[in-house]
Order: sequence, then C-alpha cells, then structure tokens
Amino acid sequence: MIRVELIRRPQQSALFSALSPFIAFALTLIAGAILFWLIGKPPLPALYSYFIEPLTEIWSVHELIIKATPLILIAVGLSVCYISNNWNIGAEGQFIFGGIVGSLLPILVPGFGGPLLLPLMMIMGMIGGAAYAAIPAFLKTRFNTNEILTSLMLVYVAQLFLDWLARGVFRDPNGSGFPGSIRFPAVARLPEIAPSQGGAHLGIVFAIVAALVVWFMLRSTLKGFEVRLIGTSPRAGRFAGFSASKMAFFAFLTSGALAGLAGITEVSGAIGQLRETISPGYGFTAIIVAFLGRLNPIGIVAAGLVLALTYLGGEAAQISLGVSDKVARVFQGMLLFFVLGCDTLIHYRIRLVRRAIASALEKS
Amino acid sequence: MNDVGATSSSPTLLKVEGISKTFGELKANDSVNLDIVPGEIHALLGENGAGKSTLVKMLFGSLQPDGGTIFWKDQPVVVTNPMQARALGIGMVFQHFSLFDALTTAENIALSLDEKIAISTIAERARALGDAYGLPLDPNSVVGDLSVGERQRIEIVRCLLQKPELIILDEPTSVLTPQEAEKLFETLFQLKSEGKSILYISHRLEEVQRICDRATVLRHGKVVAHCKPSEETPSSLASMMVGADVDAVERASKEGPEGDALLEIRDLNRAAASPFAVPLTAISLAVKAGEVIGIAGVAGNGQGELFEAISGEVLQKAAGEVRLRGSDVGRLGITQRRRSGAAFVPEERLGHGAAPTMKLSENLLLSRYRTDAKAFLGSLGVIRNGAITKATKRIVEEMDVRKSAEDPEAAALSGGNLQKFIIGRELDRKPAVLVVNQPTWGVDAGAAAKIRQALIELARSGSAVLVISQDLDELFEVSDAIAVMHNGKLSVPLPIAEATYEKIGLLMGGAEPGHASHGVELGAS
Repeated sequence: MIRVELIRRPQQSALFSALSPFIAFALTLIAGAILFWLIGKPPLPALYSYFIEPLTEIWSVHELIIKATPLILIAVGLSVCYISNNWNIGAEGQFIFGGIVGSLLPILVPGFGGPLLLPLMMIMGMIGGAAYAAIPAFLKTRFNTNEILTSLMLVYVAQLFLDWLARGVFRDPNGSGFPGSIRFPAVARLPEIAPSQGGAHLGIVFAIVAALVVWFMLRSTLKGFEVRLIGTSPRAGRFAGFSASKMAFFAFLTSGALAGLAGITEVSGAIGQLRETISPGYGFTAIIVAFLGRLNPIGIVAAGLVLALTYLGGEAAQISLGVSDKVARVFQGMLLFFVLGCDTLIHYRIRLVRRAIASALEKS
Repeated sequence: MNDVGATSSSPTLLKVEGISKTFGELKANDSVNLDIVPGEIHALLGENGAGKSTLVKMLFGSLQPDGGTIFWKDQPVVVTNPMQARALGIGMVFQHFSLFDALTTAENIALSLDEKIAISTIAERARALGDAYGLPLDPNSVVGDLSVGERQRIEIVRCLLQKPELIILDEPTSVLTPQEAEKLFETLFQLKSEGKSILYISHRLEEVQRICDRATVLRHGKVVAHCKPSEETPSSLASMMVGADVDAVERASKEGPEGDALLEIRDLNRAAASPFAVPLTAISLAVKAGEVIGIAGVAGNGQGELFEAISGEVLQKAAGEVRLRGSDVGRLGITQRRRSGAAFVPEERLGHGAAPTMKLSENLLLSRYRTDAKAFLGSLGVIRNGAITKATKRIVEEMDVRKSAEDPEAAALSGGNLQKFIIGRELDRKPAVLVVNQPTWGVDAGAAAKIRQALIELARSGSAVLVISQDLDELFEVSDAIAVMHNGKLSVPLPIAEATYEKIGLLMGGAEPGHASHGVELGAS
C-alpha cells in the first residue's frame, strides 16, 4: 500500500516559487484541451486560436497591453495591501476616482495646456485614488470597521457618482445629449508608444516602473520588511515597534494611488474622455491578477498579461470557434485554481511511502 | 483490548522498536526503542530538539513514523490518529492546554470526548473522578476564571475519563507552584498503585529522580541510555542528556558599591484590557546596574501585562511610571525604549518574539533595525543583507543554535533553539537593561544553563536584568533578589539570602505582599 505524504519543507523552495506558475499554466492548458475535446472542438487548434492567435498580429498585442496596463498597476498596489493583511476590495472605486480627479483639469480648464498638463493629470489621478482609499483606512483604524465591506461598498458610491457626473455637470454641451465629457484635446492624451502599429500608450511604462519599484521596496527595504512582518505576524510587528494603523494607511494610500493612476491613464490614454463607465471591472479582475502573480510584483506583470490574454482569447474563440465568451471565465477560474494548488509545492514536498507497519501487521 | 500481554512472558504495556521519523534533513527520531510495563512511572528525558515531542506525537497518533513498530500489549499497532490512541487506552495531557476560556469545565471536557454524553452526566463523573484522585474541580466554573493549576486538573481529569492505561504527561509541573506540584505527585502515585502506567516528560531532574521508576534518555533523536533515576545523580542525568557535563550556573556575589537604578517602575497601574486579563496595581520596582531581579509567580497573575508595559508595547498614562537610565519613558514606544539601551525577550517565541514564517536573519532585523540602523540599513532604508547574515551567524555560533538549513524560518527550529537565538539576538547588543519573560520555558538543561549564565554575566558586566519566570529553581539560580507577582500586584523584592522556597511559594499562593518585607519573621514563626 502506498501513501502520499506532504512533508513540510524547512524553508520555502526557491525552485518551486519560480516554477509553480508555469506548472499551473501547463495544467490549465491540459484541462482546457480536455474541455474543448468534451464539447466536440479539436483541442489543439482551439487552444491555438485561444492563446496563440491573439499574439500573432501586432495590433492585437497592443490590445493585450492596453488591457494588461490597468490590471498590472492596480494589482501591484493590491499586493502591498494583501501582504500587509489589509483587504482592499475597492480598487474599482479608487480607479474611478482617479479617473474623475485626473480629468478635472481638461474638463474644467479646457484652455490649460502645455507640457505640465499630463504630469498634473497623473498626479491628480493618484491623489484622487489615494484620497478615496483613505476612507476605508480611516474607518478601519479609527472605528475598527471591516475594510472589506467599506472598501467594497465605496465602489458602488464611486460608480454612481461617476454616472451622475458624466450625465450631469460634466456632460459635453455639444454632445447631442449623449452622456460623457468633452473629448480630451491631444495635449491631454497619453502618447502612444508606437502609433503606427497600435494603440498601446505610455501607461504600460508606468505599470512596469511601478512593479519594479514596489518589488524592490518589498524585497530589499525596511519598509518592505515592515509590510511583510505586520502581515504575517501582527504581534511580532508590534514587538518590533511598527504601527499596524500607520501600515493600514500606507497600504491603502499606496494601492489607492496606483489604482487612481490606472484610472487616469485609462481615461487619458485608452478612452479619451470621461464616460459614465470607464472600467469593465479592472479593479476586481486585478484581485485575481494579484493572487495569480502570488503577490509578487514581477509575477503580477506576467499574471496581468496572462489575464489580459484570456480576455482577448475569449473574444477570438467566440469568433473562430463559435464558443461562448464565458470560456474566458472558465480559463481564469482554472488558472487561479491550479496556481493556488501548485503553491503547495513551495511549502511542501511530496513523498510516496510504502507502509512497512501495515505489512508487519499482516504478517503477525 | 485483550489479555495476551498479561499472560505472555514479557508483560510490557507498550513497546517501541526501532521507530524513526525524519523532517527534511533532520532525523528527529532514529531507531528509538522504549518499553513501558504496567504500573510504572517512566521518564522521557532529553534536551530540546532531542525528539521527545516527536516520539510522543507518534505514540498518540498525531504523527506517523517513517519506520519501526509500536507494540501495544505485544500486538503490533498502527496508530493513525489520537482518537484511535484513546481507544487503545493511551491518554495525553499536553504542555500547552487546549481549553476554551469562555466555556465551563464540564463543557470543555464534553468537547474532547468521542462519545456523546449529557453535560450533567459528564459534570457528575468529572467531579467524582476528581475527588477520587485528589483533583478537586468545579464542573460549572468558567475556565477563564481558573488558575493554571486548576486548568491542568481539568486536562488530567479529562484524560482519566477515557480510562487510559497509559497516561502521557508533557512537562506537567512547569506551570505549578511547588505546593501544587506536590499534590500532582500524590495523584501520580495513586494512579501508579492502581496499575496504570505514566510516561513523564520533564526537564526537571530532581523531580524525575523522585517520582520515576525508570528513564529513557534521548539525544539528537537517538536513545543514549535506559536507566533507573534513583541510581543516578542530577548531574549524571544531565550529562547523559547533553552528552557532556553541564556546567553548573555560577553566580558570583555582587561586589562593589550599589549601582545606579537603570530600570525604575514607579506606581505603575494598568486597567485590564480584556475580560481575562489581569489589571496591574501600584507596581514599583528598581533594578540596579549589576544585579538580576527575579519576578516569581504562577502563570496568569499579570506577568504578561507587566512585560508589555515595561517593553512599551503598551504605553503608560504618565511618563514617570517607567524610567530607563534616569529618563522617563512611560509615553515612549518600544523602539525608543530600545534606543535608550533596553532589550526585551517576550514569553511567546513564535508570533511575538519572532515571526514564524520569516527567516532567522529577518528575525534578527525585527528587534534591531533601529538600534543597529548604521550597520544593518543603507540609504533609503535598503537592508544590508551581508551585515545581517554575518551577525546571524555570530549569534548562532555564540549560542549554539541547532538548525536544519542555512537560514531557516523561525518555525522550523525547535523551541529551545529558537529561544537561544532570540536571547542571543538581544545579548549581542550588550543592552544596559534586559527584561526577559520566561527565559528558559521548555528549554533543555544544557541550553537553560547557558542562557542563565549569560543573564548573570550580562548583569555582572554592569547591566540591569529583570527576569520574569514561573520556574523557581531558575530564579533561585540567577537572582540577587526575588519579588512575587500575585493578582496584578508585586511584592517587595526579597534578597536571595533571605528567600526560601517556602516563603516565595506562600507569596505565590496569595499571602499578603506586605508580609514579604518581614520575610525573616515569617520564616522564623
């Protein structure tokens, strides 16, 4: 008789920390092939049109980057929150407020231009997101409210507030009654990286810089140590002299600012005006990205691209295979499942044992 | 179960043959043999990390052996879980109690029984059983209100209700007053006279000598000796455990003029933070340069609360309630108190003194990132891994910390080894004031001697050392004076020359603290 044992490693395996997402992705592909086979589609061509085809044309790679940009920016900020045990579920609302506050200048001061305009818009977007994230942080530290609930509920407030602005005071007077602000002038639009090839804008550069900075902060600085210590062992954090309240503000303000930056880059880069909805749920999808990237900013860059790919692949599969675009959600779910499963290998190794005692029993 | 064991030639109750268990690269148990006959008290001795807990967990079914066989009444058995162990007739009383504070005694007992019995029936049986074995308990009392000794009685009664033939006790006296320990021994002798066997895990050698018939000594996962404790001396037992002669702790008497008071507590008060916390009332104490002051007391009398107040994890109302090296620090947090030259070692190792899932090197940074900022941090708060790794190695060597990897997570170390590291982390700073809560709790004799010696040497080099401990032997070994904590109040320190076990024991049991200053009369009467 053979028994499977999980044996705790004395310390985390560096090898499997790196390998686990790849194993998970491979398992997702295998499960996906079985899924396509079961619904009567040829598995390999189906996987090809889902995961490869979107990458074969340069314009769709740009689409991929456009979708990945906000996911990465938000998820990098969320990683700081989640590692420090602050459960910010309201990045969607912070994203929207970043978009609103960042758009104030081009909408309210249409004449203002010059090279300072874009940097000011970005900074105002970050302030808007951070200010909105400060509300659940304040409620948590001052009144001990549950930040999961408050941050989530503030998302709906932000969505309705944006809707009201876009249909009301910010509506373009020359827009034939359609909701939405004036179209931003070129000087208020984030420049595209390679305009001749596709629409990807400067936001991806912000995302990668943010990922690198946060990665370094978490890995090599005292602040990062504080984030990790308070998250893993709050009492030891207090013994070390760190304040959990200050950390709640730090985490919420950081992730709020990054979500706000994602909001204004989306409005200024991809959309070009303030509409009644500016996000297809990036703030929520980014939660999956953060965990797929295992709360490591470098991993989050990869996870953001993968999740953006499942969106594009879902659209492509709908056209070329005639399957429902809900397949995208199935793949996202499977990915999350396998990644969390493979994480076990980082903390444990698997051993097969024959039960000598059992055979001794039989003998007697 | 069956009567084969009783009629066969070797009437062993439990026999362990060649049992092994490996964790990673560490052989926690290596071909261990052990046999227990009915009606004996068998001691399991060993340093921390020697494999005692691993062995016991395998006997109780919470761990599975990699190899070897367990015989119960001469039949090979596979114990896959604790429920099965209880069905066989093996009961266990753990070192860390597993009771719910908010429930009553009877409810707690009901939770652990495998069969369903009405609470009132359980209460009756528990009371009867307790009376029969000299373990009086009130089934309707709420556990949170009980002393540690009373809680232990619940654990023992709970175990006896299962009618075990073998009872495993893990460090049972580490939380008791001397008087309470005496009562426990009487209960054990009664159980023995009824033919029940006891596997007694302890690091208190005097105790083992007094009550145990035979002993099995483990070192580095191997059995190094089976012996009769009555034929040994404490020091011969200790050297079997550590493989070398244990240095007796030496405490040179204080010399020279009185030092300055480096740590002063003046009329410290603190309200209870939770329903089960103890309020601190009018605590005053001064620890001078060059001396070790011990604080005795049964667990749960406010020692933890006092530690938090001195360390600055909890601030005081008035700045003057705690003073370090002559300046008021009552309103300053732990980081500033550390910068004033103080160092702290809390009781809980995992989750308070160290973060379980962080590496040793990171746990070094935990208490020293500000005091040693120049060495450990670069510009922008970038951590200097080289310097920290070097300091970690230095501490590991200095304190003889045994580990299974280069820089393991704190949780991967045995309790004693982690404690050596945490104490070493603070000693390495050469602090002017050291406050330590339970310095050698659950630590083996060799390591404990090393830690105690280090505390004394730190004091003799001119620091003030405050040791909070439930282990009276330890306090008598290291202290220049002993104060007793009872119910949130602290007695006047009794100079070591005047202190006796009896006087301290009485104070621990709640004699008026005021009497302590008249200790001599008390002893004479």
